[in-house]
Amino acid sequence: MSQADIVKPAIAAARKPEGPWRRFFVDFFASKLAVVGLILLTVTVVAAVFAPWIAPQNPFDIGNLDIMDSKLPPGSESGDGTMRYLLGTDGQARDLFSAILYGLRTSLMVAGISVFFAFAIGATVGLIAAYFGGKLDALLMRIVDIQLSFPAILVALMLLAILGKGVDKVIIALIVVQWAYFARAARGAALVERNKEYVEAARCMSLSWWRVLWRHLLPNCMPPLIVIATIDLAHAIALEATLSFLGVGVPVTEPSLGMLISNGFEFLLSGRYWISFFPGIALAIAIIGINLVGDHLRDVLNPRNAN
Amino acid sequence: MQHGMATSQADSAAAAPILDVRGLQTHFFTRNGVVKAVDGVDLTLRPGEILGLVGESGSGKSITGFSLIGLLDSPGRVVGGEINFDGHDLRHATQDQLRDVRGRDIAMIFQDPMMTLNPVLRVDTQMIEAIQAHRRVSRDEARNRARDVLTMVGIASPDERLRSYPHQFSGGMRQRVAIAIALLNSPRLIIADEPTTALDVTIQGQILYEVQKLCKETGTALIWITHDLAVVSGLADRVSVMYAGRIVETGSTADVIGHPQHPYTHGLIDSIPRPETRGAPLAQIPGMTPSLLNLPEGCAFRTRCPRATEVCTKDPQPVEIRPAQWVRCWHAGEPDPK
Amino acid sequence: MRATPARIAEYRSARRARLLSTRVNAVLATIIRRLLQTVVVMLVMSALVFVGIYLVGDPISMLASPEATEAQRDAIRASLGLDLPLWRQYLVFMGQAVQGDFGNSFLTGEPAMRLILQRAPATLELAITAMLLSVLIGVPLGIRAGLKPQAVSSRAIMTGSVLGFSLPNFWVGLMLIMVFAVTLGWVPASGRGQTVAIGSLNLSIFTVSGWLSLALPAITIAMAKCATIIRVTRAATRESLPMDYIKFARAKGLSERRVLGVHLLKNILIPIVTVAGLEFGQVVAFAVVTETVFSWPGMGKLLIDSIINLDRPVVVAYLLLIVFFLVMLNLVVDIIYTVLDPRVRLEGRR
Repeated sequence: MSQADIVKPAIAAARKPEGPWRRFFVDFFASKLAVVGLILLTVTVVAAVFAPWIAPQNPFDIGNLDIMDSKLPPGSESGDGTMRYLLGTDGQARDLFSAILYGLRTSLMVAGISVFFAFAIGATVGLIAAYFGGKLDALLMRIVDIQLSFPAILVALMLLAILGKGVDKVIIALIVVQWAYFARAARGAALVERNKEYVEAARCMSLSWWRVLWRHLLPNCMPPLIVIATIDLAHAIALEATLSFLGVGVPVTEPSLGMLISNGFEFLLSGRYWISFFPGIALAIAIIGINLVGDHLRDVLNPRNAN
Repeated sequence: MQHGMATSQADSAAAAPILDVRGLQTHFFTRNGVVKAVDGVDLTLRPGEILGLVGESGSGKSITGFSLIGLLDSPGRVVGGEINFDGHDLRHATQDQLRDVRGRDIAMIFQDPMMTLNPVLRVDTQMIEAIQAHRRVSRDEARNRARDVLTMVGIASPDERLRSYPHQFSGGMRQRVAIAIALLNSPRLIIADEPTTALDVTIQGQILYEVQKLCKETGTALIWITHDLAVVSGLADRVSVMYAGRIVETGSTADVIGHPQHPYTHGLIDSIPRPETRGAPLAQIPGMTPSLLNLPEGCAFRTRCPRATEVCTKDPQPVEIRPAQWVRCWHAGEPDPK
Repeated sequence: MRATPARIAEYRSARRARLLSTRVNAVLATIIRRLLQTVVVMLVMSALVFVGIYLVGDPISMLASPEATEAQRDAIRASLGLDLPLWRQYLVFMGQAVQGDFGNSFLTGEPAMRLILQRAPATLELAITAMLLSVLIGVPLGIRAGLKPQAVSSRAIMTGSVLGFSLPNFWVGLMLIMVFAVTLGWVPASGRGQTVAIGSLNLSIFTVSGWLSLALPAITIAMAKCATIIRVTRAATRESLPMDYIKFARAKGLSERRVLGVHLLKNILIPIVTVAGLEFGQVVAFAVVTETVFSWPGMGKLLIDSIINLDRPVVVAYLLLIVFFLVMLNLVVDIIYTVLDPRVRLEGRR
């Protein structure tokens, strides 16, 4: 008998019953880091969504640009004195602050959409595999395993080499790379839930398997899936940035933060660091925010940590 | 704290106790409150004596064992009482001093031998390190000692066993290895925490017999912690019954089992199925153990006790109700009302 | 039959021999099975890759000048075997592949596999250095964080690790270049240092300039991997620490150094090695990015260039090589796992 066997039942017996949502919020906000992460995340999302209204300039409208203003350091004034370039300008005289806001938009949008679809496809596959079991399960999981054993970057590169450039192609590539994580997690969670009584009850009511999956099984498998979704969002953002940086990602007309960083690469050696630096900071803030939240979410939702 | 539970006039003439624990208190300071796992325990042990510490799960008996050698996990701490081992104050000893005592003067045997032996290390490694931690001897000398002790606990072909890994043994054999490790440095006291609970009943009998024999041969004192009164009745010289962190009755085995004074002890003995009780409903102690976070005021057994009255809301103190038999009860010795 | 000592000894040795041969058979069987799996995976992958790349644009437009006539284009196409139907091309390719001939680069005409293998040592040098760095720094930090999870240093380590894998790899590289190469000028901003030839390999770890050039790229990769190692180590430590065998080791009176350094370490090494092994595969693959940032002449840079230039044979050869490498890596990690964990080893493979 270990010491935990004495202490835990004593605490459990003394605890007042709480609703699960309330406990979730209490546990979540108990971590200062998670709160910081949430703030960072909110700031990023707000900045991205309201970019057209916040940005002092639309950097992709060539008419706005004055080539004489290119490569100016942060804080300089524009040639005609109408605006101050908070974070400097890049090689094409675009205001970096505005470019970052629009780039954030693209980055978040691409990552968000791809995660959403990867979640949908992956969770469906995983749930189906767990529900039907047997050969179907073995086959599906084999595919998942094989895909997961390949580094994501390579799979993405190959796909993009085939599909070519374009925002939609990047999204497709990201979906293909990510669905396997969701599939595996969903299957794992569903296997545990499948043996529980409410699934038996639902089946006894001769509900179609689709309804059982969708309305009964899925909601109870959500916690680990939510955790994976947050962490995956961060991965997706980073991966998209990397691909764009390498030149196989989004096209020049709709640059994401990765592409902005890539544009600034050539100026790094001459000391004009800001063109790559600030987009990177924005990227980092977004990713760190998501990771902090996701990390703590994982601790909070982990059934093993539940008292 | 007044005179402890176990020494009395009659004992002062006998050998000095090797272990003298008075008023031991171990509390766990958790977020939800203080769990009083051990709340006033007195124990005395003479050299070579076998004491059975009996109690149900959650009574604090294992924690008592860990408290003696300072093996408590946080947030647990010994907060009160005295622990005297062979003249040394263990409660205020430094970590280094405690480390010297552990494994050499006081050895411990845990409940589940599968988890106590490190699965990725060989048996000889785990035995030799126990010797070399306390004595400067060569590996070969240590190995010889290990071999001898393995033979002592009844393990055949010890050389082969030494080179094996724990998972290659059966449960009973693993526990024998654990006992062997305890005996390696000829300790004065062995604390055995439910060592046979995880084993087959037949193996249990064997191990019990051999442990008793070894202790008598080597003159090692033994505290045998268990929830099974039957085990203790055949093995121990003296018995202490523990409930909700306190010792409620202590005395010689014959006395405690033959003439139980405390209602809890009485209930325990009654609830053991015997051939005579066949066919009749099993006697049970009603209710459940109270949570150690919220102990009732006064006697902790009050809520389940058939003899409970008003006076039981005050904490009973240990009373020597018969020669060398101590009880913590206001109604000690009274028959249960029908 | 009486059980005389002689007979018992005989029985024992015969049993041992039987067990040994069963064990050897089991291990052999597993290796053969894995190799067969490798072949199947390779076949499938090569087909997929081949078909995929075939759909990518027309290599001819890369190789022929814009004014080339149709006839000239046809000639080039025929010389490279691109006019055959797809499945014929695939068969020709596979036939040559098993002989080790993966075709010649469309761009340089050199054998594709040779091109890649020439650049492999550079990538491996980088990958191995980065992994070693991550493990040597990550494991002690992870143990520290696992021992006292609430301590300030542990929290700092964990927060640092979040930073480590959050910051985009290539951006970290850029920033390191900016600080250490451009501003401080301590190390070169790109390229590989001087190499020393060992047999047919050119390694740069034996020269000072080699190390200087290796430093930044290796650190860039190591930062992210270190974070993963720290997390795995911490999790494994937290899981192992409350185990009874740790408490028992303390009950035996062992020094804390031995409890942690032997009892704990040997147990947590198993998950750490597995993770490190798998991450190594990722590192080799992900070197693509780092090599681009630092212009490190490795396989990854070659791959990116080949993709952009539609140099099909090189891309196919690279992919097949990586697939083979990853499968082999998995096998090696499995073998190491069984060596480290006696529970798995001695019961035969499950």
